[in-house]
Amino acid sequence: MSAARETVLGRVRDALALAPPARTTVPRAYRTGRLLPDEERLGLFTDRLTDYRATVLTCTADGTAAAVGRALADRGARRVGVPAGLDRSWLAGWDGEVFEDSADVPPRDLESLDGVVTGAAAGCAETGTVFLDASPDQGRRALSLVPDLHVCVVDLSTVEAGVPEALARLVTGRPTTLISGPSATSDIELERVEGVHGPRTLVVVVRTDA
Amino acid sequence: MSRAGTPQSTNTFLGMPARPPRVPYGEGNLRGEQAFPRAAAGELRNEQLRRNLGRATGTIRGKRIAVTAELPDWEELRDAGAAIKTDALARLPELLEELERRVTERGGTVHWARDGAEANEIVTRLVRATGSDEVIKVKSMATQEIGLNEHLEQAGITPWETDLAELIVQLGHDRPSHILVPAIHRNRDEIREIFLREIPGVDPGLDAVPEHLAAAARAYLREKFMTTRVAVSGANFGIAETGTLGVVESEGNGRMCLTLPETLITVMGIEKVLPRHQDLEVFLQLLPRSSTGERMNPYTSLWTGVTEGDGPQDFHLVLLDNGRTAALADSVGRQALNCIRCSACLNVCPVYERVGGHAYGSTYPGPIGAVLTPQLAGMHAAADDPNSSLPYASTLCGACYDACPVKIDIPSLLVELRHQKTEETGRSAERLAMRAAAAVMGRPRLWTAAQRTARLGRAVAGRDGTIGRLPRPLSGWSDTRDTPAPPAQTFRDWFASAEGAAALREAAREGERRSADGPAHGDDQQEDQ
Ligand code: SF4
Repeated sequence: MSAARETVLGRVRDALALAPPARTTVPRAYRTGRLLPDEERLGLFTDRLTDYRATVLTCTADGTAAAVGRALADRGARRVGVPAGLDRSWLAGWDGEVFEDSADVPPRDLESLDGVVTGAAAGCAETGTVFLDASPDQGRRALSLVPDLHVCVVDLSTVEAGVPEALARLVTGRPTTLISGPSATSDIELERVEGVHGPRTLVVVVRTDA
Repeated sequence: MSRAGTPQSTNTFLGMPARPPRVPYGEGNLRGEQAFPRAAAGELRNEQLRRNLGRATGTIRGKRIAVTAELPDWEELRDAGAAIKTDALARLPELLEELERRVTERGGTVHWARDGAEANEIVTRLVRATGSDEVIKVKSMATQEIGLNEHLEQAGITPWETDLAELIVQLGHDRPSHILVPAIHRNRDEIREIFLREIPGVDPGLDAVPEHLAAAARAYLREKFMTTRVAVSGANFGIAETGTLGVVESEGNGRMCLTLPETLITVMGIEKVLPRHQDLEVFLQLLPRSSTGERMNPYTSLWTGVTEGDGPQDFHLVLLDNGRTAALADSVGRQALNCIRCSACLNVCPVYERVGGHAYGSTYPGPIGAVLTPQLAGMHAAADDPNSSLPYASTLCGACYDACPVKIDIPSLLVELRHQKTEETGRSAERLAMRAAAAVMGRPRLWTAAQRTARLGRAVAGRDGTIGRLPRPLSGWSDTRDTPAPPAQTFRDWFASAEGAAALREAAREGERRSADGPAHGDDQQEDQ
């Protein structure tokens, strides 16, 4: 192993030997395992996402195609990308061109898309966050990043009250992206501007009975 | 320099543990060119800066208070956050080895760097191996600290900062002045001028509307994202249990850099390791609320090694010491390594609000910078080492402690560093201290602007909690007369009072006189390395 590795680890051990730390137990008295009724979770989730200037549409599972179709049509999308594992019936209410993404498509090609439709692994109501973990219905990370419009379909049953509950739904080790509203910057005089490099528009379609 | 030994060997058997070295003098961006008081005096004349800063810090402060008040378990989260970090530092050797193992299992390569120079070399070598002569960069304090951009440029590699604020700083040939919003000292008109001057092919009719300025940056950087094959990032945390790394951001430039290139190189300070995946549930609540005052930042990216068909297929993690083990060797000072770089302490600090980040001369400004910088890079006995003055760049009002999501007791650390400095160099720091005091003391509004107050008793008590004499900068005064009994008033009130102001002015004058009396001791003594 490298000399630098041994040196750094040796220094860490020396430091701890010179000033031995006390044993610490981590108190986890913060809220975990919260269960909120559907309506409250939906209300909170919608409120938080809207606060981030995302758009929220709610629908039943049967109404998914209509909601997704409306989200795309209202924003003038003509050509949208989808991950290979997306339920195609969700696009049945839309007459534009569907482009199925795959790993060998150069990211550059994703720039010509008007938008992208993906599923989600989980959601967090309290923070207005959707979690994508690159499952087949969510696709690789570049797909939900490069196009300017992201329509994300989330089942209310996967939306948890808080951050600990939502994180517990993740399969660790997968490439994961937490998305809270559209891309934004506040770097110029702290004035919030949506859409610097990521999608400028985020529409979250919440399916209430799926 | 090298401490040989297998991972199993403990130094108990090899002899006395050695004090780990600080960052070599003159390396990286952990030392300014002039002492804080002098730098501050210059910045104090900058009305524009003060207006920008005042508005910005006030806004973030308000948002942070609102969103932290929203969580009934905020204090419990802080307790957990502080304990997780303390526990992680206590178990650092095993956690670093575990992190290394997990990252390697997932197809990544781990490198170790004793200091910034070594980290810069490693990154340069890795970039060269790809054949690329440019890299895109995610905003990162660690690479800023080690001066990676300057190093890459010397090696003929062009680094492109992609965070909007970092881009403004880079194009403006400037230095960052805030951890979170590095271009906080620039207003929209200045940014417009920088863009017009520096971005090739920019629309000459560009106006100063933030939305249009952001759009110009978007157009400029899109091409870079699509064509650059190597990215360099920092990390907000590295999880030992799973080998997962995390970057928290807003603009999506981070996602672009972490996702599109073929090679990703992440430089991470060794103190950023977290034991368990579960710990994210604490830090993903503490960090966004404390830093931008948002419930959650727009984007958080988590990745573990490489994943086929998704993201860079070549991943390198560079674990950086650069003075961190020196800080770790101090049972009091090591607390500063708990810092998650949220910048909350900057935004509540009355001194930072007046002088801005450049006066601190370090990548880490504000209250945390005033304790972290001297610990990483030392307070050299050389006369006028700017870092010697940093522990005095504070009113000890306690606002930073209250704001800190991981409960770092910055005021006590400042007092501790002042004690250390006194012991080390005798009187040489005094002059600087007095100037620091004088620079702010003539401006009582500074004190009344303090967000919250700590009792004078705590502010002056040493490590043992007793008040023998006043700490610097007031000791020059208190050594020669009875220390006034700690008033029942708060420190801020005392400062605001005519009595406090007069006492402090007197202290400053006397300090100047005393230091003019004779040469300081210990100026030629070298730092302990
Ligand atoms: S010291 Fe605390 S408040 Fe300051 S930047 Fe670090 S974590 Fe944030």
